[in-house]
Amino acid sequence: MFKWFVKWFHRFGSPPYFYRLAGLWLPWLTGLFTILVVAGLYGGLVLAPTDYQQGESYRIIFVHVPAAWMSMFIYMVMASCGIIILVWRMKLAEVVLSCAAPIGASFTFLALVTGSLWGKPMWGTYWVWDARLTSELILLFLYLGIMGLYGAIDDKRVAGRAVAILAIVGMVNIPIIHYSVEWWNSLHQGPTVTKFDKPSIVWSMLWPLLTMALAFKVYFVISLFQRVRAELLHRERNTRWVEELVKS
Amino acid sequence: MKRLSLSQAFWFLLRRDLLLALRNRSELANPLLFFVLVITLFPLAVGAEPNLLSRIAPGIIWVAALLASMLSLDGIFRSDFEDGTLEQMLLSAHPVPILVLAKVTAHWLVTGLPLLLVAPLLAMMLGLDEDAYGILLLTILLGTPVLSLIGSIGVALTIGLRKGGIILSLLVLPLYVPVLIFSSSAIDVAASGLPATAQLSMMMAFLFLSLSLSPVATAAALKMSMS
Amino acid sequence: MSVLLQTSDLTCVKDDRVLFEDLNLSLTAGQMLLVEGKNGSGKTSLLRILTGLNLPESGDVLWQGEPISEVGPEYYEQVNYVGHHDGIKRDLTCLENLRLVQAMGKPLPIDLDDALDKVNLYRFGDNFVATLSAGQKRRLAMARLVVTEARLWIMDEPFTSLDKASMAMFQQMFEQHLNDGGLIVMTSHHDIEMPDSDVVRLNLSE
Repeated sequence: MFKWFVKWFHRFGSPPYFYRLAGLWLPWLTGLFTILVVAGLYGGLVLAPTDYQQGESYRIIFVHVPAAWMSMFIYMVMASCGIIILVWRMKLAEVVLSCAAPIGASFTFLALVTGSLWGKPMWGTYWVWDARLTSELILLFLYLGIMGLYGAIDDKRVAGRAVAILAIVGMVNIPIIHYSVEWWNSLHQGPTVTKFDKPSIVWSMLWPLLTMALAFKVYFVISLFQRVRAELLHRERNTRWVEELVKS
Repeated sequence: MKRLSLSQAFWFLLRRDLLLALRNRSELANPLLFFVLVITLFPLAVGAEPNLLSRIAPGIIWVAALLASMLSLDGIFRSDFEDGTLEQMLLSAHPVPILVLAKVTAHWLVTGLPLLLVAPLLAMMLGLDEDAYGILLLTILLGTPVLSLIGSIGVALTIGLRKGGIILSLLVLPLYVPVLIFSSSAIDVAASGLPATAQLSMMMAFLFLSLSLSPVATAAALKMSMS
Repeated sequence: MSVLLQTSDLTCVKDDRVLFEDLNLSLTAGQMLLVEGKNGSGKTSLLRILTGLNLPESGDVLWQGEPISEVGPEYYEQVNYVGHHDGIKRDLTCLENLRLVQAMGKPLPIDLDDALDKVNLYRFGDNFVATLSAGQKRRLAMARLVVTEARLWIMDEPFTSLDKASMAMFQQMFEQHLNDGGLIVMTSHHDIEMPDSDVVRLNLSE
């Protein structure tokens, strides 16, 4: 079993194999995404009942919460790639890490924007130093740091190792930062309304939320595959398999 | 055949870096001056109202300490990188993280520890409550080594870049957030007469965590930067 | 004689350019590998890969049959490297510099003064490196080879800024090292006069 896994792992990691496989998967994933996002939005914007406290404006959680989840999830993906890079020096992991960073940063940015849009009717202002928003902001900086470092190093093999180390360091730090910010927020009780984390959420709100979360994950995979395919072609432009691909 | 042990190597490297710092004495005061200067800017910017100043003093002092520490970071490895001694260090038969730790320690002794000397003076100028002086010194003692340790990872990652400065701050400052939060909060509660044990023990935890993990990351990053 | 240093299918790629591919070398005790080639042909890269400072794209460097990444510290005890940079500090004296070299955990065969004597810097022990000439600095860097005992010497253009007399002196030192069962890997733009039987030449431009 383990042997089989190692063999598969190495084959999956070879650029031409991944390029072909990702190409095969993309149409299916796009179809799945369309179904999920239509169902999720319909459930969230039409079927779910109006909130008795927040009115219609709460509906932004169907974008905000999945985006915030994705911002953490993608960082975890990147840190896992970082470990693979440092242990096995796998080229594909380097490409995945560098391609995932801008997507993660976009989701983080989306979470920030939707969070502050939601804050306007709730708090009367676009920005309060709420624990969740502040954590997201710092997370955005971590993403930008990774993108900046990757861009600044010319030799992309070296850059891959650099961001691998940084992603792992960040992963160790994120829980600490998150906890510190929560703690800081509880200390300086600002105009915080306890918002999204309701003790119990009704089923008619929960299923659209989960569907949207799933849709976002599929979207991430689609976007990642496309970026990775493009980056692989660029990186491997001098190899035979790319040459054959271009000719055919 | 005779050879020097790891602990001898550690002390030797530490002594060497201190000696080098001493021989470039003029540069020693720079982070300290910067620290004082930044703090001087605040009353000029927000007004000299004593109540306001004493309330924001912990935050000001720590933001300034953060910036001072960050600006001095580049010195940990810069000259060793340029003259090739860093290369030799990586080829050592000793574990590189321990050698890194020696260098970071030397760097902290030269740039972090002196902040202790001026901090009370600045606290007085900002009108910080006198009860908080002890805690202020303690937070500097516990917090600045963490800054140097975390910072060393950032420097190691960017040392090979021609324009590493701005990107270094982008990498390092977000990681400084927990230290900033807990240290200024410790001073804050001490100033209002409450015990700051919780904050201080958190900072102690940060110190031990960064002591054990960051030299390993720094060593790996240096190896990467040399190739 | 048994092979000490070996490379297996070593490939080095830099900025999308293949510098060398599937390089297989083996070196026994008492042999010198002289790496030749045009500028940018990958001489320095090869040397740095042999030290473990750079990683190859693929392939392995083996020391006594084992990959150096697995041998670790025991390999570094056996290697002395003199690169482009002298690796000495301007603001320390010659003796302080050599002491630092000795702190790196390798066996110490001789006294520091003797080492300085060997590279004709005996009188300069307490002088700051900043006051030395370029050639003297290079000689001090080369003194690293003798203050610690390592079997494998890897040198990148060791004769840069040295005069004829110093070059002759170091060539003698190299011969002595080879006779003692050491190994040398080096690049040089200068012609070297060593017995041909000991020298393996590798031209990376061909």
